[in-house]
Amino acid sequence: MAQKTYAGVTIDVNDEGYFTDPSQWTKEIAAEIAKEEGVELTDKHFEMLEYLRNKQAAGEQLTIRGINKSGIVDVKTFYQMFPGAPLKKSTKIAGIPKPTSCV
Amino acid sequence: MSENNHPVKKVSIICAKGTIEDVYASLVMGNGAVMEGMEANLFFTFFGLEAVIKKRMDKLHTGVIGNPAMRLPGGMRMPTWLGIIPGMEAMVSSMMKKEMDKLDVPPVSEFIELFVAGGGSLYACKLAADMFKLKKEDLSEHVKDIITVGEFYELAGGEGSQIIFT
Repeated sequence: MAQKTYAGVTIDVNDEGYFTDPSQWTKEIAAEIAKEEGVELTDKHFEMLEYLRNKQAAGEQLTIRGINKSGIVDVKTFYQMFPGAPLKKSTKIAGIPKPTSCV
Repeated sequence: MSENNHPVKKVSIICAKGTIEDVYASLVMGNGAVMEGMEANLFFTFFGLEAVIKKRMDKLHTGVIGNPAMRLPGGMRMPTWLGIIPGMEAMVSSMMKKEMDKLDVPPVSEFIELFVAGGGSLYACKLAADMFKLKKEDLSEHVKDIITVGEFYELAGGEGSQIIFT
């Protein structure tokens, strides 16, 4: 298993850089991953990361429709917050596995 | 994921059929592309236009006749003659939609909104629109334009671009 060091903490990650243990995540770590991904985190970002982590912990599928219904931001804003590949990027920063849904 | 020296950067997807499964194949491919950060165009032609006609986009059906892959709940093959029973097509179609909803696959109009919010573009085919006597106002407001095949090829070009016919 690969390991990475963020904010002075060694984290277990898979070969794509996704956390294998979401409990290792902290906000400081998130900020460093975000920097690596070219994202500047705001309060809204943290609110979204929290939402993603809760959904993942509950064993629910993460979908773009779910984001839209989350009440945090609409999808357009979500794409702007995590430019490029939004769901992949946000889950990486949230310290949870890469989503497996196609929608 | 393996290293890819020639990543797909842009997809232009042609949807030419109007059944639930044909339209969703195009929408899933298109939405998947914008979610991966690619540029994506969806081009609707012939019966595929059903997916962008305001009044009909959320009322698509799946064909129950001439579909040898159609199964009954339980897995037995659905005999063709069953398909001619009045209401069968509507029932099968509503079951399909229910199953998709369980997987958080949105209805067509909502799916199109998500796709456009992600930066995707929709176009309708001029020839087919003329043939079906459709005007821009009959179509979803998310359809950018009614274009010719030549214009479609122009906007489909560029490095790392692919054209997909579903």
